Amino acid sequence: MTELPHKPSGSRLPFHQRFPLAIRIGERLLLSLLLLLAVSVLIFGGIEVLPGDFAETYLGQSATPTAVANIRSELGLDRPLTVRYVEWLRALVQGDFGTSWASGSSVSEQISKRLGNSLFLAFCAAVISIPLAVGLGLVSVRYRNRIPDRLINIVSLTAVSLPEFFVGYLLIMVFVVQIGGAAFPATVYEGMSLPDRLNAIALPVATLVLVVLAHMMRMTRAAIISVMSSAYMETAELKGLGKFRAIVRHAAPNALSPIINVVALNLAYLVVGVVVVEVVFVYPGMGQFMVDAVTVRDLPVVQACGLIFAAIYILLNMLADILAIIANPRLRHPR
Amino acid sequence: MPDKLEKSSPKGQMLSVRNLKIEATSYPQGGAPRRISIVDDISFDLGKGKVLGLIGESGAGKSTIGLAALAYGRGGVEITGGQVLLDGEDLLTASNTRIRQIRGSRVCYVSQSAAASFNPAHRLGEQVVEAAIRHKLMNREEAHKRACHLFSILGLPDPHTFGSRYPHQVSGGQLQRAMTAMALCSSPDLIVFDEPTTALDVTTQIDVLAAIKHAIEETGTSALYITHDLAVVAQVADDIMVLRNGRTVEYGPVQKIIDAPSEDYTRKLVNVRSIRHSQASGQNLPFFEMIGITAGYAGGVDVLHEVSLHVAKGQTLAIVGESGSGKSTLARVATGLLPPSSGEVVLDGQELRPALKQRSRDELRKVQLIYQMADTAMNPRQTVGDIIGRPLTFYDGLRGSARKAKVVELLDQIEMGKAFIDRYPAELSGGQKQRVAIARALAASPELIICDEPTSALDPLVADGILKLLLDLQAERQLSYVFITHDIAIVRAIADSVAVMFQGELVRFGPKSDVLSPPFDDYTDLLLKSVPEMRPGWLEEVIASRKQASADN
Amino acid sequence: MTIRHIPLPILIGIAIILLTLICALFAPWIAPYGETEVVGDVWQAPNDHFLFGLDNLGRDLLSRLIYGARITVFVALSATVISFTLGIVLSFTAAVSKGIVDTTLSRLNDLMMSIPTLIFALVLLTAVPQNLTTLILVMAILDSTRVFRLGRAVALDVAVMDFVEAAQLRGEGTWWIILREILPNTLSPLLAEFGLRFAFAILFLSTLSFLGLGIQPPYADWGGMVKDNKDGIIFGISAALIPGAAIAILSVSVNLVVDWMMKRTSSLKGGRGDA
Repeated sequence: MTELPHKPSGSRLPFHQRFPLAIRIGERLLLSLLLLLAVSVLIFGGIEVLPGDFAETYLGQSATPTAVANIRSELGLDRPLTVRYVEWLRALVQGDFGTSWASGSSVSEQISKRLGNSLFLAFCAAVISIPLAVGLGLVSVRYRNRIPDRLINIVSLTAVSLPEFFVGYLLIMVFVVQIGGAAFPATVYEGMSLPDRLNAIALPVATLVLVVLAHMMRMTRAAIISVMSSAYMETAELKGLGKFRAIVRHAAPNALSPIINVVALNLAYLVVGVVVVEVVFVYPGMGQFMVDAVTVRDLPVVQACGLIFAAIYILLNMLADILAIIANPRLRHPR
Repeated sequence: MPDKLEKSSPKGQMLSVRNLKIEATSYPQGGAPRRISIVDDISFDLGKGKVLGLIGESGAGKSTIGLAALAYGRGGVEITGGQVLLDGEDLLTASNTRIRQIRGSRVCYVSQSAAASFNPAHRLGEQVVEAAIRHKLMNREEAHKRACHLFSILGLPDPHTFGSRYPHQVSGGQLQRAMTAMALCSSPDLIVFDEPTTALDVTTQIDVLAAIKHAIEETGTSALYITHDLAVVAQVADDIMVLRNGRTVEYGPVQKIIDAPSEDYTRKLVNVRSIRHSQASGQNLPFFEMIGITAGYAGGVDVLHEVSLHVAKGQTLAIVGESGSGKSTLARVATGLLPPSSGEVVLDGQELRPALKQRSRDELRKVQLIYQMADTAMNPRQTVGDIIGRPLTFYDGLRGSARKAKVVELLDQIEMGKAFIDRYPAELSGGQKQRVAIARALAASPELIICDEPTSALDPLVADGILKLLLDLQAERQLSYVFITHDIAIVRAIADSVAVMFQGELVRFGPKSDVLSPPFDDYTDLLLKSVPEMRPGWLEEVIASRKQASADN
Repeated sequence: MTIRHIPLPILIGIAIILLTLICALFAPWIAPYGETEVVGDVWQAPNDHFLFGLDNLGRDLLSRLIYGARITVFVALSATVISFTLGIVLSFTAAVSKGIVDTTLSRLNDLMMSIPTLIFALVLLTAVPQNLTTLILVMAILDSTRVFRLGRAVALDVAVMDFVEAAQLRGEGTWWIILREILPNTLSPLLAEFGLRFAFAILFLSTLSFLGLGIQPPYADWGGMVKDNKDGIIFGISAALIPGAAIAILSVSVNLVVDWMMKRTSSLKGGRGDA
């Protein structure tokens, strides 16, 4: 009655049933693109619909009516919003982020150097924190509810609650002032050799790792525990498989996709953590650049940085989802 | 496949359990942890090639005993005393390494939900042969050959390619058989079957049951068969042990347990569903009527096609069908939760408006629904008094002492008494919860109650009590019931008229005596023949008659 | 449930939270010196008169810390309360009304959440005038997206229960269903979330102030105090670490207490819930 008729395989099925994986990935890509477009609208248009006249805010105390009118025409704020948005977007697609109001120089040029610095910082932090987090997560599960697990739990709960700047200054106090040897401020410049560069960013990377590690580890632990408590792990045990075999063969393939998700989520978090850490260590990256621009209300720079940060964030989330889709056997092997 | 060595324990028993004691630690809220006994003083012997049925209600400890045969305690239970002798070797004192050697090679396990027990990431074939290969019982090629052989014994389609599918690609009945194949693959001495057919539809259940029985006979393995259904175990077991609250009630050969039980409790289990409700005459005056109902969920295909049925005042219409037959959808249409795309619903000569929101308070009052899961049907943050009292306030405006008096009266009618008025649902047993749900329905003073499998989540004896209560209330208040069920035994017990549903269509409808007697249509015939009867040999007869039927065609 | 059943770390956490609240409420009576009063040399070391020493302008750090509790807690709490009200009302409406309302609200929320909170805040703070109201509103609106997501998930979990359907079948109105059937069953996760959001709001506010975009001088707030004194670090002056530690300790305390409460209540499925 409930037995399914054996479906003819292959060619006669419509495309979306034969390749649900491709369809799902395609959908996800499209969604990200739409999201990015919507975000650009939000970042550009959101500022306009906010209460208060931007020109007045920009000028602050010295906002006389003539000054406001002057600045509006000077910055092109007197033209319709849609026209400015379309122009902005068109230039943006060609890699042109406009001109900085504060310095009058090209935003793209300034960003290109700094973006590399920021990504380098985040990359180093990721390379250290991902294996460490997954490893500690495994240890925590292995000794679940015993001393190592509880210790890791308390330490990570504490670490999650610490502000990045506090960790940063604490590290400076200990490793620069008390012990000495570590570099501060974390200055990097073009043509710097790799060892020098790594030495310069040691403390910022350590700060980022400490901050992101706890989050990633706690989520990894939860993901592994949820897999370990499933019925098929009991089946593996009742088959007489060794603990190692059960974990490698039965738990790992299923834990992979949630862990990938955790990692991607935290990488996205890392990208944002960079902002504060760069300010603490006076590191010439995107974060520092953006904060400076916000302080002087340099709108084109803020918009450009905001969009780039959001794009990286969206990209990472998309990667996580796509990897999760690929790791799902139901989609890889349709009925 | 290597021939199995003759192994014999001193007494010639495959499995001997002596004075087994199993305990767990419970952590009550706010109190000190305490030890609770789950299984106490259980002893039995299982000969080679024999099957012992363990039977009991939920909480009887039958699964726990079954898993003890693998020296395994699920979720923190501990085996604290006695012996589990496999071929004379005590598993409870064996080392971890030794136990690991035995699990999956000499003792295997088949769980209730194969769907969860298979790893979604690997092909079925790989999982079936894994234990045999890991325990070095055979090489990969031999193992796959054996798996293939087992797939065909178990009646799985395309045995040669079946193993290359993933768990989500096959049906529930097939998964359950694949799990049996997984257990049989290592040619174990003993297999523990833990309610292997409980989650399946009746017509699928007997196929799987027959496949399991056939496979046990073919391979000559011993088995522990755990179930709550005496009729099922009567088909496969040689001996039966009846358990209650972790203790043995009665233990003996199948024939003796069924024909001449010596304990009261066993007698009750054997005679469960002894309710005989005589069919009402004069069923043609419809009180509640559904005419030409076609319905489906948004954006999908129709789940119901042109269904017409009715029930007279004070009578019971039973709607039978398997999962996916559309019987629950019918209930949603009747209550207005799912407006039909065509057709109408009539109560007492008046057409009920199709959507819930359009119905008047009085129309809503007249039709009440009782859910399958009493657990989720009641707000866990409300007391019994609030749950039963709300309809009184809502429909009749009763408050304060008048409302309380009425609640007490209703509690009396469901045989629970006023002590329960301040209890929360979490503090009630399954049967009590369902009684409260009935009281809530009664509080609205309804004329029609739709019962959506109200007893299927309950143990048989408790279910019997609920059915009796429903019949008593019907006699007292002239209530009409639409009773949705998959259980033919319940239909026999309480219905006046019967509707048989199959894939969204009404295949048979009429007075019970007509519907349940020949000549049958194919589906009703299959359905009726799939209901296990409490006598050994029934399964063989059914299978034989099915073979006959297919040979005739 | 008595005080003896609470583990020591949790008791300490509760004590710290209470102490902070007391400082916030009674700052002028507790603080030994004024908020902006210059009482000595720049970065003067701690002594009998100045327990934590003086800051970059010669103001008493302890006094500023106590005053700082006031504005930090006030802004963080207001932002959390607003974000919670907004998030819960919108998410419950979405979960109960389903259909187009749910889809629209959820998509909008997804959009808001696709921009990292801090980055979004930076963009918004560029455009709005800098004052307390806009700061609180920006924090609240951005944070309400997280509340929305949790609120919707929790409400949907309960909304699919048969007892909610039973109430609909009885003919109960939407508000009765939200307030009487759904809300009581979502209180414990929501309460826990409130704690977590509050801890996050403290961190977020401090971060903004540290970046110079939060509360403006001369008012003392903990994040701003770190910023004021950060240049001393390299000379071994720990004035910046003290307000940093205050933020860390308060945030750890809230997280610990919430974590403990969640563990206690997660096993409760109903009945006389003491959450």
